Amino acid sequence: MSFTTKVHSDDGVVTIRLTGELDSRAAPALNEVIVEATAGTVRRLVLLAEELTYMSSAGLRCLVFAHQKLGRGVDIVLVGATPEVAETISLTGFDRSLVMQDPVER
Amino acid sequence: MSRTPERLDAFPTHHIAGFGVRAGRPLPFGASRVPGGVNFSVYSAGATGMTLVLYQRDAAEPLAELDFPPEFVIGAVYSMTVFGIDAEAVEYGYRADGPFEPEAGHRFDRRQVLLDPYATLLHGRDSWGGQRRPLRSGIALDDFDWEDDRQLQLPSQDLVIYEAHVRGFTRHPSARVAEPGTFAGLVEKIPYLKELGVNAVELMPVFEFDELDNDRLDPDRGEQLRNYWGYSTLGFFAPKAGLAATGRLGMQADEFKNMVKQLHRAGIEVILDVVFNHTAEGNELGPTLSFRGLDNSVYYMLTPDGYYYNFSGTGNTLNCNHPVVRGFVLDCLRHWASQFHVDGFRFDLAAILGRAPNGAPLANPPLLESLAADPILRDCKLIAEAWDAGGLYQVGSFPNYHRFSEWNGKFRDTVRRFVTGDEGVAGELATRLLGSPDLYAGRAPTASVNFVTAHDGFTLHDLVSYNEKHNEANGEGNRDGDNDNNSWNCGAEGDTEDEQVLALRGRQLRNLLLLLLTSHGIPMLVAGDEFGRTQRGNNNAYCQDNDLSWVDWRLTETNADLLRFTKAAIAFRKAHPALRRASHPRGHQGSGWFPEVSWHGERAWTPDWSPGHRLVAAMLYEHGPHGHDCVYVAANAHWDGRELELPGLPDGVGWHLFADTALPDGNDVHQPGDEPPLTGDRIWVEPRSTVVLVAKQTDGEE
Repeated sequence: MSFTTKVHSDDGVVTIRLTGELDSRAAPALNEVIVEATAGTVRRLVLLAEELTYMSSAGLRCLVFAHQKLGRGVDIVLVGATPEVAETISLTGFDRSLVMQDPVER
Repeated sequence: MSRTPERLDAFPTHHIAGFGVRAGRPLPFGASRVPGGVNFSVYSAGATGMTLVLYQRDAAEPLAELDFPPEFVIGAVYSMTVFGIDAEAVEYGYRADGPFEPEAGHRFDRRQVLLDPYATLLHGRDSWGGQRRPLRSGIALDDFDWEDDRQLQLPSQDLVIYEAHVRGFTRHPSARVAEPGTFAGLVEKIPYLKELGVNAVELMPVFEFDELDNDRLDPDRGEQLRNYWGYSTLGFFAPKAGLAATGRLGMQADEFKNMVKQLHRAGIEVILDVVFNHTAEGNELGPTLSFRGLDNSVYYMLTPDGYYYNFSGTGNTLNCNHPVVRGFVLDCLRHWASQFHVDGFRFDLAAILGRAPNGAPLANPPLLESLAADPILRDCKLIAEAWDAGGLYQVGSFPNYHRFSEWNGKFRDTVRRFVTGDEGVAGELATRLLGSPDLYAGRAPTASVNFVTAHDGFTLHDLVSYNEKHNEANGEGNRDGDNDNNSWNCGAEGDTEDEQVLALRGRQLRNLLLLLLTSHGIPMLVAGDEFGRTQRGNNNAYCQDNDLSWVDWRLTETNADLLRFTKAAIAFRKAHPALRRASHPRGHQGSGWFPEVSWHGERAWTPDWSPGHRLVAAMLYEHGPHGHDCVYVAANAHWDGRELELPGLPDGVGWHLFADTALPDGNDVHQPGDEPPLTGDRIWVEPRSTVVLVAKQTDGEE
């Protein structure tokens, strides 16, 4: 299954919706998207993961990449990760780079 | 969006088996990610040809087999960059062509797909005890976010080492962790370790091994026994997936690194127990997995007729001082120090690391010299188990290059013999308490890693509860394991309701702990000994992956007093520099009140070293920037009590009681800093007990 992203930017809050499988083939593309979307001033980066079916080790690294790119002052929020993805993130210490949130009603 | 590659070497020059490839880089060995693909490099002096075999993750049949063309070979090194492969989704191995001539040392077998000795992941045992799949090499992503983590570089004399088995530490349900038996599980126990006061964990083997490679059965349960300890390495560069909660996702390296990072945050160093004396391939009857099929005569010590020397007791012996194997060992340790931020290594059966290819001990083993002087390993603690299974015993004579500490087996034996009441041990105990200057003259006390128990042998509880080993469950008719344990059951073998026996065992446990934790050198405890872990008399639990060896955390409540005692003893050690010198204490008067060490007896300043005397009383003194630090330790192993005259102290300073192992639980130990004053200048030391005093201001001030 392919991987797609949809970016929305509003007043320093960048939201990226992730769809499909985020593996090592898709990770470089996501990194590019993060670079482009955060070129301006960013207060907060929100990654919507409800439609993410799979996230590999390389995918998790995109979160750290974003964290390092944006610096410590910028919150990175991962919304709606599956329990398995959420657990993997915390077992391997990747949760230090981001805030995990449940999906909100929209 | 793709960028145009700017480098010439980002393009394939050949197409082999459907893949774009080009001549690779010979260094580094192993598989490493490069722009656009993966670089594979493997060496073999004896091979006549080499094939890279690629698999999709978990596939039974190869995806492709790529022969190395001659222009991809330099010297004995075969290297190839393969473009367009997904490092996460691919597994690999090698077929090595060459002669099968065992008498000449060659055992090439093209039918076998071999593991890469440098593989950073192994696939095939992705969860502990899970399905057996073919063992294959994998490629770890190595770009962990360490933040600002680095090796802690704690001074050696301040270390208190805690030896633990990653799985056994949290596998028991009583551990109450989310992921039992894993690196992540250990992270959950960091608050406990901090509270206990230890500042280094020494992890039993964590490099990939096969827990299923034990054919013996438990005679009672009928179940297959495991290779639980894992002293049988398959992948020297790969953290064991079966010890990681995320092993099934191939993220064991990340999980391991996170464990190191969290331990470092808590001020706790990580030392790895590493096994370079042999491999998992056994003797000529064992499987061909990696080294045997790549370069048998290089990697193994062989007899003139091509059989395997067996100095390790496991069938083969790694040819450590062959220049190529030396490089392999060094590369491996550099990998763990730099990629995993490991603080030190304990070398299993390290005497083998000093043997020549024909097995003869070397005066100046080049491997040990290389390790001692290596720039990347400069700040790593190096600890040798200074003996092997071939009869070479080098405690005190290990080629140390002023870098290697040693597991001091003589400390273990002496302290055990003294506490059980053996005659004529007091004099030797005195030297052991000072960091064994008889063995380590000209070196620091930290050359000596002091221990009473280790994973090998009885637990501390069993040492005072059993006269004999009880290893029937190992399936070898109780013939395995050490027979020479210097243990004493205090009057009943094993479980007992006898209050007197139980009380004496409790006292003996505390005697052993106090002697260990007041001795100069680096003390090492075994996980669970601080609250009376038992293996029901089994002194060789290498195959017991069950509640016999798993740490039972309920004992923290059952034996809360012993745990409290151990915590206080560790805290006391930390509070007193007189116990943690960087050099051996001197017996003559320097500046300050007293010599750095003095010996006493029933009369102060008058020790009695005669053979029947079973009492040692030492006063340890240090005068430094913190002021005067003075500790008095009296250990009486006799069945009669003794009244001791205490050394006089300056005006305004008096003796205070830290610990007396003869007193009942709750009164046997005081919190460091809260020791109550003694009255008078004499103390009564009960039979088989130890008293520790500290000199403090008598007006209540420190």
